Amino acid sequence: MRGRAETFVPLSARRLLVLGGIGLILVGMLVGDIFAVFVLHQNAAKVGASLSAAAHAAVAGDRNAVAVSFQSVGSFLENRGTKVDTHVHMIAFGYLALMLAILQPWVALREGTRKKVAWIFLFGSWLLPVGVFLIHYVGLAHSPLTTIGWASIFADLGGVVVIVATVGYLLGIMRYLRERQGVPTQDRLLEDRSDAGRILIAGGLSLVLLGFLHGAYYAAMDLYNQEALDAGLLNYVAAAASSRHLTQVEQGLGLYGQLAGKKAVNIAAHAHAIEFGLLAMLLAFFQPYVSLREQWKRTWAWVLLAGSLGLPVFVLLELKLGLIAGGIADVGGLLVIIALLAMWIGIVRYTGEIDAAVRPAGGGRG
Amino acid sequence: MSASRRLLIVGGIALALLGMTYGVWYAVFAEHQELDGIGRSLTTSFSAAARIDSTAASVALEEYKDLKYAYDRHVDVHGHWIGLAMILIVLGIGLDRVSFGEQPKLILAAALLVGSFLFPLGVLLQTLSRGPMPRVLAVAGSGLVIASLAGMTVGFVRGQKP
Repeated sequence: MRGRAETFVPLSARRLLVLGGIGLILVGMLVGDIFAVFVLHQNAAKVGASLSAAAHAAVAGDRNAVAVSFQSVGSFLENRGTKVDTHVHMIAFGYLALMLAILQPWVALREGTRKKVAWIFLFGSWLLPVGVFLIHYVGLAHSPLTTIGWASIFADLGGVVVIVATVGYLLGIMRYLRERQGVPTQDRLLEDRSDAGRILIAGGLSLVLLGFLHGAYYAAMDLYNQEALDAGLLNYVAAAASSRHLTQVEQGLGLYGQLAGKKAVNIAAHAHAIEFGLLAMLLAFFQPYVSLREQWKRTWAWVLLAGSLGLPVFVLLELKLGLIAGGIADVGGLLVIIALLAMWIGIVRYTGEIDAAVRPAGGGRG
Repeated sequence: MSASRRLLIVGGIALALLGMTYGVWYAVFAEHQELDGIGRSLTTSFSAAARIDSTAASVALEEYKDLKYAYDRHVDVHGHWIGLAMILIVLGIGLDRVSFGEQPKLILAAALLVGSFLFPLGVLLQTLSRGPMPRVLAVAGSGLVIASLAGMTVGFVRGQKP
């Protein structure tokens, strides 16, 4: 059996997954940045205000006002949660698309089938986050179920579609392992050792390790204490409200707000360091398809890594430095988006030099 | 495809599928119920405080604490299984850049795969048991992940030298 070469012709499965995947990541990051700037802090303030209103209503002995305030808290939290989920799932599916693109040489299916599976994957990858985004606005309107609305049903359907497509590729890989064991697969992407690729993979792996170490430190030193403090402070506020001590209620709510801030920045720093590290490693493999000068490829690699390190570090510093750190963190996110967009444009510009070099030797199908 | 690379790639995809399947199950059968429960228990506690019933307020906040504890872990399990799966796959693809022999690579790959499965499993089991075993499992799993990841980084950095 002859070895086969993986190519990158327009609308091939690999190209669809690469461009669709980076597109998902870009839109997911933009949604995240817009959410961070225009929704996150305002929403957190509204949640805090509603919680404060509930506590004050309890002090005043007004049970109806307590219920109304917590309905508002639930609504604000759902609004926040669905927007975070939209951001996270778009980026995660983008990563998965890039990985599946890299794995294409090992998927022993016909190109036509691989392309259909890629479309199905991308369809599910958009359906889920769009559905999740709409949950807050559609609610339970016309839903046949008591707790799940139509937007949620379509979001879940999107998840199932992504699973089906991923299983399809997994079956293709299993078929490859069964039928083509030992047959060499030509793929210049994996043979690339360019500077930009090396910078991205070394930097990315370091970021992933830093993120894990921070996560382990946080879990060991703070997580359980903060969980106990969360319920403890709410207990303190409720007890103070019971005994009509307004000053203690205010004090408890203030501490609860600070605790929520500490948890949020630690989780965000941990998640973003690992996600950006993974993104850098994934992009390292696609550098041969980025049709830009080597110097520019190196520059964008460094810009991406600088933003990837800057965002989690300054998110952590938000507690000490306040809004200045928050602003620098947002600039970090913007640097990642700009570098990613530059690489995406480079990939769109790519006209097939690598494929032209591989095709005569491998005789592969596109 | 070498055994270590196969272990990372096939294991990573299987772990991603496990994480996604778990996520769909969780979204359909647990998430909404837990979120409703969290909201309900908070309302109950502060309503009890409004009628100066601090005992009922405490009981409701205990329910909130349990539900929040489970909710946070359920979400973490979903995110960590899929996140770790992605790292497994990417490392599998780039494994030829790690400058170790096949045997050390296989050991690192196996440790990373086992750790990536056990760490979120330990977190998930914490929702069923508050005893030490689930925590031990989670700590052991995360230890395996960090140690094998550090090993891969060393091998990779050595491989980077021209």
